[in-house]
Amino acid sequence: MTTLAAAAARAKTRLGSLTATVATVIIAAVWTIPTFGLLLSSFRPEAQIKSTGWWTFFTDPRLTLDNYTQVLSGDSAGLGSIFVNSVVIAVPAVIMPILLAVLAAYAFAWIRFPGRDLLFLAVFAVQIVPVQVALIPLLKLFVSLHVAGTFWTLWIAHTTFALPLAIYLIHNFIAKLPAELIEAARVDGATHAAIIWRIVIPLSMPGIAAFGVFQFLWVWNDLLVSLAFAGGAPQIAPLTVRLAQLAGTNGTQWQLLSAGAFIAIAVPLVVFIALQRYFVRGLLTGSSKS
Amino acid sequence: MSVTEKFGQMALVLGVFAVVFAGILVTVGRLETRGRAVAPILLTGPALLLLGVGLVYPAIRTIVASFFDAQTQHFVGMANYSTLVNDPSMRRVIVNTMLWIVICPIVSTVIGMVYAVLADRVRWEVLAKTLVFLPMAISFVGAAIIWKFVYEYRANQPDIAQIGLLNQIIVWLGGDPQHFVTREPWNTLFLMVVMIWIEAGFAMTVVSAAIKGVPSETIEASRLDGCGALQTFLHITLPSIRAALVLVLTAITIAVLKVFDVVLTMTGGQFNTSVIANEYYAQTFRFFNVGVGSALATVLFLFVIPIVVYNVRQYRRADA
Repeated sequence: MTTLAAAAARAKTRLGSLTATVATVIIAAVWTIPTFGLLLSSFRPEAQIKSTGWWTFFTDPRLTLDNYTQVLSGDSAGLGSIFVNSVVIAVPAVIMPILLAVLAAYAFAWIRFPGRDLLFLAVFAVQIVPVQVALIPLLKLFVSLHVAGTFWTLWIAHTTFALPLAIYLIHNFIAKLPAELIEAARVDGATHAAIIWRIVIPLSMPGIAAFGVFQFLWVWNDLLVSLAFAGGAPQIAPLTVRLAQLAGTNGTQWQLLSAGAFIAIAVPLVVFIALQRYFVRGLLTGSSKS
Repeated sequence: MSVTEKFGQMALVLGVFAVVFAGILVTVGRLETRGRAVAPILLTGPALLLLGVGLVYPAIRTIVASFFDAQTQHFVGMANYSTLVNDPSMRRVIVNTMLWIVICPIVSTVIGMVYAVLADRVRWEVLAKTLVFLPMAISFVGAAIIWKFVYEYRANQPDIAQIGLLNQIIVWLGGDPQHFVTREPWNTLFLMVVMIWIEAGFAMTVVSAAIKGVPSETIEASRLDGCGALQTFLHITLPSIRAALVLVLTAITIAVLKVFDVVLTMTGGQFNTSVIANEYYAQTFRFFNVGVGSALATVLFLFVIPIVVYNVRQYRRADA
């Protein structure tokens, strides 16, 4: 009796895990196949991309690197030079908000000063403001400062928009550093500057990395801010802007679109897979990114 | 601009920034040793200045501009807002936005949750989760292009092959290929699929972490009491992860409210697919109607506030 019941229970569990496996495979496939289709398409000859689907590859396998050479080649309209724009925009737009946020977060966490809590709350509350609300006045400001159409607009805008979340996330991390450590350093006569440089930054690296991955994905993948400040300035426009234009043109150039999109996707995917640990941690502590 | 020049500019901004950053640290150190309490001002100053000039002040300007005409010259009172309510195409935009913020968060969260539970039971859990998680790293533009290769339509003629996967499947099954992105009203749903495809991974990650946080003794006790897997999930696990679910729902709602890339890339807002964030972009940067654009941005702002406040409350509760 008991063995029979146990066998039945085991069969049930096995059936359950079979259903789970099948369902998992189906969802995983639906989530993976579209991206795989793009990847495969990007290596198919132009004439084939335009006339048959990527699955035709399995009956008529023909691959080429032509799309990539075409997309990356030569002139300033080529995606090669636009890829450089994305890098040139992203690196400072990740580094600057992190360091500014470290300074502010340290002051909010470890220095007593009048109005501290109120200011911190204000910075936190600013996370609510959608980027859309700031674009036009900011654009006018850039025009009057004669920096419109330069990388400065994107560096300043991305840095500013990142600060509320950066300060909040990094503050969470810095505030949890052991108080004895900071106090001991103070007693030894270390200045705030020395503490930030020698203790806070090295010890907050995991928190900084979490935000850094977040911010990199945000900036690299951004379309709205880039269109607002670089939409009319192709010499500084990042990949997303060019791809959105390519996708919108009639008589779609599928070969450029697929190779270009894959180039744009590959960089964040690599960063993401390499630093997934940090990203997940950031996600679990700060998914209210505005 | 050559590549060298571009990297030169990048080096310049990083250099300037390094000087400012080092300057702040050195000044803080020097003044402090002379016993002056200026450290808080110098440390928070740059961030607060940027936030004030780059975010708070522009936000106020935009709200003011929403009561002015297209060129921000003449005061028009509530005229822009009444356009949003009375103009049929604008009303459609608002309705579409409502559909997005109701459907996307719920579907993404349910799929994410179901998948989190399922993936826990297979041997290749890490791979399974990574596959669904990866779209999060892809830009909305990239995702829209990926899905163009799924939705693309070709006329159903003997000498023409489908290049969109979904239409090919339909043809294989003997059906007629469909205009997924242009055919109303279903096209809005097909655009939402792209957003769901991206956000489900986020939902899965947060929910999965919450589920793993439920004490295994509680689960085992429920199983010993004779509850089945589904019963245990509904009565024990689900209530325990409520905070995480609300968090995911609100976070996705905020993301959905602001998303315009998917719509812009797939339809450009045509075929009645526009949403507030896309219409804001079109009005402001394409039609140069800053008045209506600002009103749309302000409405977006007003929509976001209660959701963010609720989200933050849940966070506080989850932390406590």
